[in-house]
Amino acid sequence: MSSATFVGMPAFPDAARGATADAQLRHNLRKATGTIRGKRGEVVEELDDWAELREAGRALKDRTLRHLDRYLERLEESVTAAGGTVHWASDADEARAIVTRLVRATGEREVVKVKSMATQEIELNNALEAEGITAYETDLAELIVQLGEDLPSHFLVPAIHRNRAEIGRVFRERMGEWGVPAPEGLGDDPRELAEAARRHLRQKFLDAKVAVSGANFAVADTGSLVVLESEGNGRMCLTLPETLISVVGIEKLVPSWSDLEVFMQLLPRSSTGERMNPYSTVWTGVTPGDGPQEFHLVLLDNGRTDTLADEVGRQALRCIRCSACLNICPVYERTGGHAYGSVYPGPIGAILTPQLQGVQGPVEKALPFASSLCGACYEVCPVAIDIPEVLVHLREKVVDGKRPGPEKAAMAAAEWVLEGPKRLHAAQRAASALRGAVPRRLPGPGAAWTDTRDVPDIPERPFRDWWRERSRDGRGGEERR
Amino acid sequence: MSGPQGSLGSRERVLAKVRAALADVPRGEDPGDVPVLRRYDRTHRQGPALDLLVDRLEDYKAQVHRVAEDGLPGAVAEALARRGAARVAVPGDAPAEWFADSAVEVLRDSPWEERVLTVPELDAVDGTVTGCAVAVAETGTIILDTGEHQGRRALTLVPDYHLCVVRARQVVDSVPEAVERLEPALPQTWISGPSATSDIELERIEGVHGPRTLEVLLVE
Amino acid sequence: MRIALFVTCVNDTLYPGTGRAVVRLLERLGHEVVFPEDQTCCGQMHYNSGYRRDAQRLAVRFVRTFEDADAVVAPSGSCAAMIRDNYPRLGEDGSRLQRATAELGPRVYDLSELLVDVLGVTDVGAYFPHTVTYHPTCHGLRMLRLGERPYRLLRNVRGLTLVDLPGSAECCGFGGTFAVKNPDVSAAMGSDKARNAASTGAEVLCAVDNSCLMHIGGTLSRERAGMRVVHLAEILASTEREPALA
Repeated sequence: MSSATFVGMPAFPDAARGATADAQLRHNLRKATGTIRGKRGEVVEELDDWAELREAGRALKDRTLRHLDRYLERLEESVTAAGGTVHWASDADEARAIVTRLVRATGEREVVKVKSMATQEIELNNALEAEGITAYETDLAELIVQLGEDLPSHFLVPAIHRNRAEIGRVFRERMGEWGVPAPEGLGDDPRELAEAARRHLRQKFLDAKVAVSGANFAVADTGSLVVLESEGNGRMCLTLPETLISVVGIEKLVPSWSDLEVFMQLLPRSSTGERMNPYSTVWTGVTPGDGPQEFHLVLLDNGRTDTLADEVGRQALRCIRCSACLNICPVYERTGGHAYGSVYPGPIGAILTPQLQGVQGPVEKALPFASSLCGACYEVCPVAIDIPEVLVHLREKVVDGKRPGPEKAAMAAAEWVLEGPKRLHAAQRAASALRGAVPRRLPGPGAAWTDTRDVPDIPERPFRDWWRERSRDGRGGEERR
Repeated sequence: MSGPQGSLGSRERVLAKVRAALADVPRGEDPGDVPVLRRYDRTHRQGPALDLLVDRLEDYKAQVHRVAEDGLPGAVAEALARRGAARVAVPGDAPAEWFADSAVEVLRDSPWEERVLTVPELDAVDGTVTGCAVAVAETGTIILDTGEHQGRRALTLVPDYHLCVVRARQVVDSVPEAVERLEPALPQTWISGPSATSDIELERIEGVHGPRTLEVLLVE
Repeated sequence: MRIALFVTCVNDTLYPGTGRAVVRLLERLGHEVVFPEDQTCCGQMHYNSGYRRDAQRLAVRFVRTFEDADAVVAPSGSCAAMIRDNYPRLGEDGSRLQRATAELGPRVYDLSELLVDVLGVTDVGAYFPHTVTYHPTCHGLRMLRLGERPYRLLRNVRGLTLVDLPGSAECCGFGGTFAVKNPDVSAAMGSDKARNAASTGAEVLCAVDNSCLMHIGGTLSRERAGMRVVHLAEILASTEREPALA
């Protein structure tokens, strides 16, 4: 029962080919993203001061990032003072080792997990499994992914690519292998499916001794951690076990308690499209008599400091993982999350993954180009990350790292032509001379266009010829087009 | 630090990388020098707070009843009877008057007095009755912070039915007003309706792991 | 008013009719149009593809060619947005390029902005007896924020029936080199846009950008949808005496 991995996935254009051809997937995604876009639109519309909240969110995150060292030390101090233990992990390996060691120290062989992007990023479940520890995902969508040996495709709804019929099948076939089986005759009604998940996980929650979570926010001043959720699985994991281990990216900090008044408005409305999500838990270190009596905070770098070092790309670290950019993105809607080849899909993934992992690999190199730069992501981002700006910036990095090849040669040639009006004119005349000789289907790279689209007719002469003639004649040359 | 071997090294490494990454930030810059405009509203004043709270709670499928102070014991009794609850778990400091009219067995959970209900005991009761710290009208959110009449977090988590007493003075308009009232050191649970999921085709369904029924008595 | 026309390389080479339409329209409204012949391309393709230095050189040329103009009109929303939004990012802080683009940028207009904001006209006296649906384009919608301007202009065209385009805010999938680097996604987006356009029953799909129209029009033509794509300038230039789509 191993977890699937993104390692070795094909680059975006190839992965997208299969995805766009999958009619069921396209249908599931269109329906789901359309629903959530509508909900978000309504609850954002409700607040007249959304633009001001967004600006405050952006500024608070910028303040945090510009002084991150100070805030990290402050957080460490306040968590420690409140009875927690702080661990630092430079990379995924260190984080996995720390968590594994902490779990082993409890003597337990099972942990319950709250959905967390950070633990997915470090592929924690596989590492625990290698040590004989079973991690049970408890978020409904994560459970669907885990039972189906599938990969998450969305931050908020990791199984967004699955419809009710597919989920029903996974539950019926796989729940028994992991514990309480699906009830006899389980159908596809979402209510029944949610009930089956409750029954499957109930005893796990009540018996769990160790939980692993992430956090949406970590308040530097007070050491408080915040987890937003809907189902109550988060509350179960954060409240009932004896030991809680939270893996948190170093960019999750906010300076002070009062800053939550901004983010607790921005995140739910942008994310689930609700005025407030059903449950949020806030905890500060250890509280005698209430909740886990042992609390470990693992602060994770894993490429975040590299991202921080890039003055343009840094803004990606403002991300609060709401997924509004995924839901609005026309590319994501047609490919789903798997095509991005990373736990961070969609527009934010296209700028986050190449920065966290570098732009050397084929997946990372292709991601900055997985966008038409339509700008819808920037418009909905609650912390105003200018994703198109960062995409273009990363494209420059990819191009700079590229060896000479046909694309570079073509771009250089185009620039040479465009740099001189005479050369441009000569090229236009040459094109006009070939009009009528352009085939309906172009060979080579041109086929990427003509496979699905006709090419425009090349005019008899360019605009500048008309203008010249007209200036010479002192009148318009309308009759000759 | 009480971390593992090498953790101290990692701490210094991460902090050093953060500092190196921020080489462009002027040395003398203070966090306060980074401007944060708080031009958003402290409150949106979308209507009378109590009406709004009722509307928003109902929107998230909570059941709400508005009651007068002297009607509270009766309202508690009615709610528990409607639910068919025979045994309820309550915080150690829950007022006895709340249950004056109820014919239920009241199990008090007082971790500070060593009278703690175990998880299986909590799982076996028919519900829980608590107060709250703050309620946010605009978002239909009830916030519990383990303070007066609220008990520890498990109390409102394991039982399948939560009856919550909210007093008018605890109701604020907006999220900023609520955050201002809260004490960050206390563990908090923010509750907006019964537990729910939207994980299947983004369709919201009430009732997963947390209490599947939330009933609110708004005391005016 | 004397207006400098930046026709753009795509229009110059492939859609000269759009350039001619701008000239005819503005002259009809009593303005003088000049065409600085040193102009070539705004550098958008290079910038968006990661070829920053090439884009910088083209930006320098643009600024040199147009810096003395009182107003520049570009019948291409994406080129106008490139100049206004992205040129300032091309120069280093404090560079001449940055200063010059900051100074020139506000005088560069998309056609609908020039007409409505600068020249103060919303009825240009056009005649176009067809049913039209309008695709607002990403640059027009989210970068230039053209808003109601193109719709107001279209509503005042005699004979024209304007119908709503479903899903109008969504990108058509052109995206410059995106169309060939990610052809499958681009085609999927294009075909959805074409389907939405065809569903309106309009004869003509109109936009302020011929690049988007080339992509959507190419898809419509391949799918034999029987719908024409026409740039806003050509509709506004159309009169009873000199009709577009004659």
